[in-house]
Amino acid sequence: MADLIIRDLVKTYDKTEVLHGISLDVKDGEFVVFVGPSGCGKSTTLRLIAGLEDTTSGEIEIGGRVVNNLEPKDRDIAMVFQNYAIYPHMTVRKNIGFGLRSSNKSKAEKEKRIEEVAALLDMTPLLNRKPSQLSGGQRQRVAIGRAMVRDPAVFLFDEPLSNLDAQLRTQMRLEIKKLHQRVGSTIVFVTHDQVEAMTMADRIVIMKDGHIQQVGTPQEVYHKPANTFVARFIGAPSMNMLAGQVKDGAVVLAGGNAVPVPVAVPDGKKVLVGVRPEDLHPEGETSLLEGTVSLAEPLGHETLLYVETPSGEVISKADGRTPPGVGARVALHALKENLHLFDAETEQAIT
Amino acid sequence: MAVVEEIRPSSDALLKTRQPKRPANMGNYIRWLLLFFGGIAMVTPLAYMISTSLKWPHEVYNLQLIPNEPTIENYTYVLEDGRFYWWFLNSLIIATITTVCNVIFDSLVGYTLCKFRFPGRYIIFIAILSTLMIPTEMLVIPWYLMSQQFGWLDTYWGIMFPGLMTAFGTFLMKQFFETVPDDFIEAARIDGLNELQIWWTVAMPLVKPALAALAIFVFLGNWTAFIWPLIVTNSVDMYTLPVGLSSFGDEADVQWELIMTGAAISTLPTLVVFLIFQRFIIRGVVMAGLKG
Repeated sequence: MADLIIRDLVKTYDKTEVLHGISLDVKDGEFVVFVGPSGCGKSTTLRLIAGLEDTTSGEIEIGGRVVNNLEPKDRDIAMVFQNYAIYPHMTVRKNIGFGLRSSNKSKAEKEKRIEEVAALLDMTPLLNRKPSQLSGGQRQRVAIGRAMVRDPAVFLFDEPLSNLDAQLRTQMRLEIKKLHQRVGSTIVFVTHDQVEAMTMADRIVIMKDGHIQQVGTPQEVYHKPANTFVARFIGAPSMNMLAGQVKDGAVVLAGGNAVPVPVAVPDGKKVLVGVRPEDLHPEGETSLLEGTVSLAEPLGHETLLYVETPSGEVISKADGRTPPGVGARVALHALKENLHLFDAETEQAIT
Repeated sequence: MAVVEEIRPSSDALLKTRQPKRPANMGNYIRWLLLFFGGIAMVTPLAYMISTSLKWPHEVYNLQLIPNEPTIENYTYVLEDGRFYWWFLNSLIIATITTVCNVIFDSLVGYTLCKFRFPGRYIIFIAILSTLMIPTEMLVIPWYLMSQQFGWLDTYWGIMFPGLMTAFGTFLMKQFFETVPDDFIEAARIDGLNELQIWWTVAMPLVKPALAALAIFVFLGNWTAFIWPLIVTNSVDMYTLPVGLSSFGDEADVQWELIMTGAAISTLPTLVVFLIFQRFIIRGVVMAGLKG
């Protein structure tokens, strides 16, 4: 177990720069999740940490040791791949023990370690099976076992759950999190699924186009998004963005409604007011927006309303039992503290 | 070829048992008819080979399939002739060594061309492929001159060296290694294997069906090779089986019944090779159908 420090990491393929100087400190025992749309550089970052790709510039430090010029096997890391990468021609026991081949432990010690890991993952009865006799979730556990068996300083997970069906994914998510609590190792986890990121991470790193957009706890990135990208990316359905202009210390929206601004913003500045669907309700006294319900999606405990307003279509969450029907005129209400203000030009948060 | 034929009726039978009630339509009749004629075309030479090997010399040009006076005299003659065992052994040694070399070298080169990124990779691949376009007949003379200069004439090495690696095998293996996900190789790299170990312990077991197919091709190809062994060998002891068989008889009188007897005996190892390796091929196909 160890810290992982990344400094000004740059990666170029031929002449295209895909990572533009990334810096990050991962503390010992921390569970860090990289999340972002495809092509944002999150997997590349992971592969650079693993040593599967060469860094163009910048430093990677694991446990106080710069590892840039070390082979993957000498970096004291283990990696779990998206398609598990467990060998179909070997039994589960051999697959798990594969990572121990190069260690200088005695045979009995190795066996003991394999048994330990198998017990930890509830795989003991399956040790002599071949991967083709296992379910998807079991295969994924074998892959995790293979990574665990060497007790590495840092675990790297490259979208390990994307090949599983929805139910299994939720279950494995929980298992990995529990495993982390028990073993307490440093984990870097890459995913494109923001729910996975929110539920598992100690800290989330949100990336886009080779830049880190924000690093923070799930609460921070949800409640205090640094820019409109983070605001839209985290949370489902994503945050409504209402265009407006500052006038006399308040934002005037397209419909003419004014929203008081908590901070000093010069008059005439174009801004975006962000409000999450779950903070925008079709009941209450003072209204932020008025509009007509164009579509309703009942989810049981709540209903998603798609409302046509002067600021465009916005999504609002209504009660699951008595939601306004399609075509109804609604006044949407949000608490002042749940509004987010962004600069319309730079798309950065105004605080 | 003969073996392939023997499998076909059983797959037909499978087809029938799967749909027992359904009346055969016109398309099926046409299919069976085509298969029937295909089968006849494959089996006839084989039948004549066995039939001829059971005939007396004066009966050879009588084309009836069942000999009037069947005899095993030819078999006794061929098997008592010491030369036959030498030729059989020569062919076995040459075909086996060539097969092992091809399986190792073709897959090593194929793997490298497939999984490593290095300058000139594509050009090398094209160069290897382009050698497929040169016919053996054209190569025989340069090979001979080379063998002569190196003193390889009339040696095992001389017979084997042109076939120890083949462009076709390299191409085949490269294509099959494309199906091995890079994740497997990277996982092994993280687990601390060196590149040669990755190739041998991870990549090779995953392409077993291709290796089996390659082994069959190469073994049969070398077992039946004729032109080059004929040219490069001089002494009767160095003959391979096909060359030796063709030497039964002289220019005036070819002893077909002996040639056919030798041929009948020499098909046995090809059967054995096929039976050993087809298991891998079938298992390979089954495995390819499973996910992960």
